[in-house]
Amino acid sequence: MTAAGLIFANIHDQSIPELTRVRSMASVPFGCRYRLIDFTLSNMVNSGINRIGLITHHNYQSLLDHIGTGKDWDLARRSGGIKLIPPYVTAYDQGVSGTPAHRLETLFGARNFIAHCNEDCFVLSDCDIICNIDLSEVIEYHAATGADITFVTKRVDASSMHLAEQVSIIAADENGVVTDFTCTRPEEGIVNLYTNIMIVSRAYLLNVLNNAAAHGHRSLFTDVIAPSLGKANYRAYEYDGWYAYIGSLEGYFASSMDMLAKEAREGLFGIKNRPVLTKVRNSAPTKYKEGADVKNSFIADGCVIEGTVENSILFRGVKVGKGTVVKNSILMQDTYTGSDVTLNCVITDKDVTIRDGRHLSGHETMPFFVGKGVSV
Amino acid sequence: MIFRKKECVAMLLAGGQGSRLYALTKKVAKPAVRFGGKYRIIDFPLSNCVNSGIDTVGVLTQYQPLVLNEYIGNGLPWDLDRSFGGVKILPPYQGQKGGDWYKGTANAIYQNLAFINRYDADYVLILSGDHIYKMDYDKMLDFHKAKGADCTIAVIDVPLEEASRFGIMSTNPDGSIYKFTEKPKNPDSTNASMGIYIFNRKKLCDYLIADEADPASSNDFGKNIIPNMLAAGEKMYAFPFEGYWKDVGTISSLWEANMDLLGDTPVLDLSGNDWRIFARHSASAPQFVGARASIENCYITEGCEIYGTVKNSVVGPGVKIMAGAHVEDCVLMGDCVIETGATVQYAIIDSDVVIGEGATVGAPRATGAEIAVVGENITIAAGATIEPGAMLSE
Repeated sequence: MTAAGLIFANIHDQSIPELTRVRSMASVPFGCRYRLIDFTLSNMVNSGINRIGLITHHNYQSLLDHIGTGKDWDLARRSGGIKLIPPYVTAYDQGVSGTPAHRLETLFGARNFIAHCNEDCFVLSDCDIICNIDLSEVIEYHAATGADITFVTKRVDASSMHLAEQVSIIAADENGVVTDFTCTRPEEGIVNLYTNIMIVSRAYLLNVLNNAAAHGHRSLFTDVIAPSLGKANYRAYEYDGWYAYIGSLEGYFASSMDMLAKEAREGLFGIKNRPVLTKVRNSAPTKYKEGADVKNSFIADGCVIEGTVENSILFRGVKVGKGTVVKNSILMQDTYTGSDVTLNCVITDKDVTIRDGRHLSGHETMPFFVGKGVSV
Repeated sequence: MIFRKKECVAMLLAGGQGSRLYALTKKVAKPAVRFGGKYRIIDFPLSNCVNSGIDTVGVLTQYQPLVLNEYIGNGLPWDLDRSFGGVKILPPYQGQKGGDWYKGTANAIYQNLAFINRYDADYVLILSGDHIYKMDYDKMLDFHKAKGADCTIAVIDVPLEEASRFGIMSTNPDGSIYKFTEKPKNPDSTNASMGIYIFNRKKLCDYLIADEADPASSNDFGKNIIPNMLAAGEKMYAFPFEGYWKDVGTISSLWEANMDLLGDTPVLDLSGNDWRIFARHSASAPQFVGARASIENCYITEGCEIYGTVKNSVVGPGVKIMAGAHVEDCVLMGDCVIETGATVQYAIIDSDVVIGEGATVGAPRATGAEIAVVGENITIAAGATIEPGAMLSE
């Protein structure tokens, strides 16, 4: 069964407004040198999906810059490759509203792309998830069960997940047939979380889109999926690898810090034949100078470290000055810290400057966030 | 086919064995030897070309080309994946009248004159794949044009006591060359040839054809073409280059060049965006530094996991240094594992090497020991001792 990909770049932007003020969810930086979309894109490319539509809504300059022609993912192709699908606005429309439309409307905007794909099914994925999943296995499962839609689920402990306001929980019987689909916010207990990855058969998707236009359906879940439960062939596929879900800034902080654990790094980066690809920046290797003291940290290339770094995530081109102590913090690309600075539980966005002698601290349940380009 | 005339094409001589690097070039050509953590030697001339606006580069390969071919690929990392031009691998080939290996540097270019002529280039830049430097070839080309030269040779000022290791140019005050001596016993100048030449294409063709017709010739630029042109009174100029330049043809110079990246104000600085050196990317995870690691004065790249102690070292991609291991004054090329309790000092460790638990490789540099070299794919048994100056290959 052949598959094409559809990625939703902006859905869930509101989960972390701090980081999505200047960018889409898809281009939120994560793990020293990645953007959230890299995980989804790499999953698709590593699973043999080479025709991908990237659905954007607003704020996508940084995303365009990141994706470029797609060649860092081998997606600069004559046939297939990656195509950006911005909102479809005619000269007579009122313009684009500030918030992303419902998923069904968004898909409707991509109907030309969808109609031109002759793959048997589509993998639909959002950008608020981080995992290294073999999608070809899910596609095989989808084909074998003859499903209309296969939902990828993950069993998680709700209390440790930093869930957003609402998530989708899926109930399925022993054959994987979906029996219930609820939008809720579980407080505790093991739940079967919908991972925001689904596989939809091409014919079914086209049918849904045509129906939606005819009947004025707007929401994929309330107008299409919920009424069809028990009628359409909906299946659940349980993914059991490492998985993180970014539902809030606190969750972003926690998932980033997870990278300091070996299991997380191995579950995400250590899987054979499944590399995580990203835009190449060509930074020089990282320089640890005399006096550098680095412990338990995850560090990209292009950094220059003269001070102390503990339990932290450093993105490309970060400078840690003499006498400076960085603990439990996430410093994004080209953050510059002068000398004798102390940072604890701080997230700095790109191009932040922390001048000599400044002391900043947050708490792990409420990291202190410094916006893009700010000087402190 | 799109056609666009190219003003200058570069020919990069990458076929040499680099026999003085011994174990390090057993399976790869010298230009493919890893350098500075994430680079290979050939990244320097290739990046210099792109940064200088030269987008057509022929890479002449002969010795162990597999790794080099794969590394260069379609030239994407250097923006040399072009519809017309770009980087092209040029191995020796068979023609109607048979074929031959590249007999020398000049013969290698001679065999590929059709490549140069294809682009209708006015100038040909000849480069070699064994030097570490950042250089704007465009400035040299401007110099060449301004002087109305037939051939321009880049030179660097070397200490007098080292001059006898190089080809030495004696020049008039206007920069024109009146004498060239290969490795002179008593050098009368300190202008050493960097092995970088710019020729007018037509002149180069004439001399290469004449040289090929001479059975006594060793078909070498330094030994034949340059002396012949000089003897014939062609206009030849020396272009003085100032900046970092190092021939990394020997174990000790390769080690030194890596160390030149370290320190507070390194003599070789690869940071910044003004003259970037591009490399093919390894797509490994960022580097992880463990809770008991100690790292000082090091250059470390992606995919590494450091749990032990590392000092004054350059560490390539995917290296694991386990807890209790001690690495000092070393160049680790990549993908090697230094097991718990192992000590590696003053050594070059090639890729995919495992140094077993408690093993000792080399000796402290301060003792005046020599560099120990462990070649590709070797496993040093737990507790084993590798003497300083050792040269291990599979």
